[in-house]
Parts: sequence; C-alpha cells; structure tokens
Amino acid sequence: MEKPDTPELVLEAGRSSRHYWQDLWRFRELAGFLAWRDIKVRYKQASLGIAWAVLQPIVQTILLTFVFGKLAKMSDGGVPYGLLVLSGLLPWQLFTGAFNGAGNSLVGNAHLISKVYFPRLVVPVSALAVALIDFSVMLVLALGACAFYGIYPGWHILLLPGFVLLALVIALGAGLWIGALTVKFRDFRFITGFILQIGMFVTPVGYRTDILPNWRDLLALNPLSGVVDGVRWCLLGGRTELYLPGLASSVAIGGLLLITGIWYFRRTERQFADII
Amino acid sequence: MDLPAIEVSGVSKRYVIEHESRHDSLRDTLHHTARKLWRRFRWGSGFQIEEFWALRNVSFSIQPGEVVGIIGRNGAGKSTLLKILSRITEPTTGRIRLRGRVASLLEVGTGFHPDLTGRENIYLNGAILGMSRAEITRKFDEIVAFAEIERFLDTPVKRYSSGMYVRLAFAVAAHLEPEILIVDEVLAVGDMTFQKKCLGKLQSVSRNEGRTVLFVSHNMGVVANLCSRCILLRDGMFHADGPVSEVVNAYIQSGADQTGQAAWSADDASAGNDRLRLHSARVISEGRVTANVPIDQDVAVEFDFSVLGSRRNASSSIHLFDKQGVWVLCSGSSSAELAPGTYRHRVRIPGNFLNDGLYQMSIILLTEVTNIQVHIHEAVSFTVHETGVGREEYGGVISGCVRPILPWSMKSLPPHQPPL
Repeated sequence: MEKPDTPELVLEAGRSSRHYWQDLWRFRELAGFLAWRDIKVRYKQASLGIAWAVLQPIVQTILLTFVFGKLAKMSDGGVPYGLLVLSGLLPWQLFTGAFNGAGNSLVGNAHLISKVYFPRLVVPVSALAVALIDFSVMLVLALGACAFYGIYPGWHILLLPGFVLLALVIALGAGLWIGALTVKFRDFRFITGFILQIGMFVTPVGYRTDILPNWRDLLALNPLSGVVDGVRWCLLGGRTELYLPGLASSVAIGGLLLITGIWYFRRTERQFADII
Repeated sequence: MDLPAIEVSGVSKRYVIEHESRHDSLRDTLHHTARKLWRRFRWGSGFQIEEFWALRNVSFSIQPGEVVGIIGRNGAGKSTLLKILSRITEPTTGRIRLRGRVASLLEVGTGFHPDLTGRENIYLNGAILGMSRAEITRKFDEIVAFAEIERFLDTPVKRYSSGMYVRLAFAVAAHLEPEILIVDEVLAVGDMTFQKKCLGKLQSVSRNEGRTVLFVSHNMGVVANLCSRCILLRDGMFHADGPVSEVVNAYIQSGADQTGQAAWSADDASAGNDRLRLHSARVISEGRVTANVPIDQDVAVEFDFSVLGSRRNASSSIHLFDKQGVWVLCSGSSSAELAPGTYRHRVRIPGNFLNDGLYQMSIILLTEVTNIQVHIHEAVSFTVHETGVGREEYGGVISGCVRPILPWSMKSLPPHQPPL
C-alpha cells in the first residue's frame, strides 16, 4: 500500500501539527539562512559596517559615564566607571538588538509568511543572530578596554555563555509576545521603543546594584538586572557582587516569558498569513 | 490503485470582514471593545461582522502523477485553495490529506533579497522553498545553467534585468524535488523563450518523473497543454472536474457577461429606413447563442431584417474588427431580388481562423449592391477563447489578427555545404 517514505499530512481546522517541533528541527537550516541573510545584508548595506557596532557603544559609554559617574557621582567601588558602564551596556545592547529583531521579524518577513509555509518560530529565532554578532564585536572591544585598565577576567568568564543565553531567552520571550501582537496591532512596534527607553534606566546599565541594597530587590523584578549584574561580574573578574536572589528571579521571569511567549505565538501563528 | 496524493474533503475557508473598525491599532480595539460591550449590555448583540466564504465545501482527490489544472475567474477561490494546500493558511472546515513532500510555488522569487548576489539568493531561496543546503549545492550548477546567468552569479540581484531575475527565480524552483508540486500563475512572466523552457520543465517533471502537479493559470492554452485533468471553481464552489477540454469549455461558457445578441426597436432610426430594417442579430457557436467562442469552433452570426415597401435588390455585409480596432475582414452576401417580408442572413466564420480575444462586428444592409441603407457599428461582439490548439508547450502570446492553422511540411536535405 503506502510506501513508508511518503509522509501523510493532514490539514484541518484547529489542528496544530503534531510534528511541530520536528518540523522546526527540519527547518533549522532555513533559520540559519535567514540569520545569515540578515547579517550579510546588515554589513553590506552599511558602508561603515563593523565600525557601527563599535562606535555606538563607545559613544553611549562616554555619555553614561558622564551622567552617572560624573554628574550623579555614583560610587564606582574601585572599578573605572567606564568599564562598569561598558560591561553593563554589553548585555543591554544584546537584549535590545535581540528583542527588537525578534519583535519586528514577523512584519519584516511578511512577504515570506504569506507565500511559503514553514514553522513561523523560525523567523524570530533567526532574528537573534544579528544581535549575537554585534555582541561578539562589542565583547572584543570590552575585553580590550578591561585589559587596558589592567583588569583581566578570571574563571568567571566561563559563565558568560550562560548569561548570554539568559539574555536571549528573555529577549526571545518578550520578542515572541511583541512579534505576535504586532502582526495584529501594528502599534506594538512603538510600544517596543517605549519599553526599551524605560528599560535602560530600570536596568543597572549605568550603575552597579551592590551599592544600592535598598533597591536591589525591586530591580530584581526586571529580569535583565540579573543578566547585567552577571555579565559585569564575569567580565570584571568578580569585582562586583553577583546577587543570587536577583539572578534566580531573572531566570524564573525569563523562563516564564519564554514559555508564555511560545504559547501565545503558537496560538496565533495559524492566522498570521490571513491578517499580516 | 494507489492512495490519492491529494485528498480534499469538504474544505471551506471563511474570512471575517469586520465593518466599522479595522483593528489596526490598539486604540481602535479598545474603543471597539468598549462599544461592543456597551451594545451587548444594551441590546444583547455585538458588532456587525460580515463573513466571506472564499471557499465552500470543496472536495476532490488527485492521484499520484496526475497533472491537474485549477481554473476559475478572479475571486473564484483558486489562490485560497492553493494557500490552504501549501499550509500557509488553515481551512475553516474540512480536511485535506497530502501524501508526499509538498513544495509550493505561489510566487517567483519569494524571499529574494535585492542586495544579495545571485549565488547567495540561490541558497536563500532554495532554503525558503524547503531544500537542504546539500541539495542546493548538488544542483547549483544545473540551476545556474538553467537560468543562464553564469556571468552575473556574483552580482547583487538588484542589478539584474527583470528577465534575469525571473529566470533565476524560476530556475531555483524548477529544481525542487517534491512529490507534489503546487504552482500558481507564475509563468505569466519572462520572455517567450524562457516561458517555453519553463513549461517544458514542468512537463518533464510530471511526465518523466511521475510527480503530482497542481497548476493554476488564467492562460487556458497553457492549462490545456500541460494538464490532463482540470478543476473549475466558481464563486468559491466546486463547479466542474474532468478532462481538460470539457472543463475549459465549461469555463468559457460560464462567463456569460456578454449575451452575444442584440435587437433594435422598430422605430430606431439608425437600424432602418423605409426600404430595409434590421431587427436583431446574434452570435452562435456550438449550437447556441453565446458571446464566448472556443478558438477551434465555428462561429456563426445571423441577423434578421425586413424588406419594406416593394421588391428590392438587397444584400448585406459584415465588417469585423479586433480589440485594437484593426479591421480584420469584410464579407458580403450575394445580392438577391427580395419581396417585402422578413429574412434571415447567416454567415459562418470557421474555427481555427480568428485569434483569441474580443471581436466587434458591424452589420451593413444594402440595396443595389452599393447603396448603404443601414450601417450598425459594433452590432454584436464576441470573445474567442484559447483552448490550447496548436500551442504545444508555448504559453506566451500568439500575435496577429488571425490564427489560421496552415499546412506545414518538412523534408530532410543532404548535408549543407558552405561555399568556400
């Protein structure tokens, strides 16, 4: 009768494919290609290319160092203030890029979504890649700056991938929510900018949390606080304190965001092609 | 017999059109929701929602290796059906079983990025269409050769001519190897030579490789040549299914917007005087009055007129114009001495003579061979429709006012000796 190598596929209303995750795995190469396209286009179109990825954090570091270190005179705890800021900007930029990328990816790839089938999750996931590349460029810069001040990361740096992963989990979770909502309500794109503006200040990018014991627990409600603290701790070789309850809250909230994000995304993705 | 490759049972697709508010912004939605709640509270009903059924209860099945055309007018639901079959959108009701790997080609060059080079776009587009990297690498040279873009492989595609762009896009798609291939109106692009090549490729895919192909086109000629079977959709509903020639004819007849007949009242000054008067005219094909004529069928035009007053030497003639207003032909009846009374003239234009497209016919009534008594411009019109006759695999436009089938011959010659 039926040959074993011909898969049978049933399409029905409300039937989310039972092979969704298997399908997603099959389309991993597509995710790779989309990521590669985004990276390639980004560096092809901008003639300054990589310089952009470097210039932006340098300017921001100088500004934030001036505002928090010089004007607000926040304590540096014995670490050059610029390094505090740079090591905080690193994860923050990673999050911003990944969150923006994932959030806008669906609308940006509308022409694909309305013409070809693939598990839609491929799109926001592949959008994380550009942020990761920018992050690597900036990481080299940050390590160079640390070396300049004679600060070398110790064994702590080995934990960096964990914090990067955590940042991506949070960004993807939030990005899935925003991305799926943007398909229906285009104004969520503006909300993204708003969230990021506020986020910049309620995330300890320009200051260290261990000098603010009263605010620490409140800040920990922002899942990125844990990530920023963590990356700073990795890069500065433990010269700042890693607040474990904050980290735990970060992991919990990030996980929750990702799980609910996937849930909402999966629930709505079947209509994407109809309303995008 | 094998299980069908595609089994569609009772598939419907509903789109909801919400009036008054398009939920494009959050503000709209909040506003809308508040009003809806308020109305429900007051009258117990929500907002007016209009439903639109793009497809209604469509069922059919397709055996492996069949090449099936789907035809229908704009809005008949063809594209919706293809979107459902390609898994881009879900059916509202019903069920579809697909047995085999499906690839769909709803658009040429989906996902091409203008800033990437031809080489890069081959990989990207291939991946989007569902090919693996290894598969693309294996077929890369074949794709490039098919598209004839070797020299421009490393040029960004935004610098390509539109012809090159389309060739490259089709070349990638043509090298997919699914068991089921779903193709939408993608051949309406590209120059004639390339169209021919594409159709040849599609044909070989189905005939030699035994793949199932589902093909949508407005070009009846292409459908007729490529497909053995055809499904006709009308207003979202399944209308006909069968051998391609029958269904194409059903499609042509289903578009009876024009009636193919005309009548003039007895006091219409343009239609007569005290000598001759034209009453009515009609276009007849395949034994009935119609404005739609298959290209390979005869078309007859008959018209009724009266001779008034006394015996007259009367004749009539027709002028035929094509859609650009080009005067295609003139033809007249022989004149005859006619007693007062009503007569019917009939002229027959053979099949396989006119080209496809719209034709307008003027009718002239004369006395004494040259005295024009009545001249009605554009008295009747009809459209000649393509059925694929004489096309083979070529899908482009066949130019000319007429398209007669002419006798051709060939003989082989001794080897040609170029002069030294």
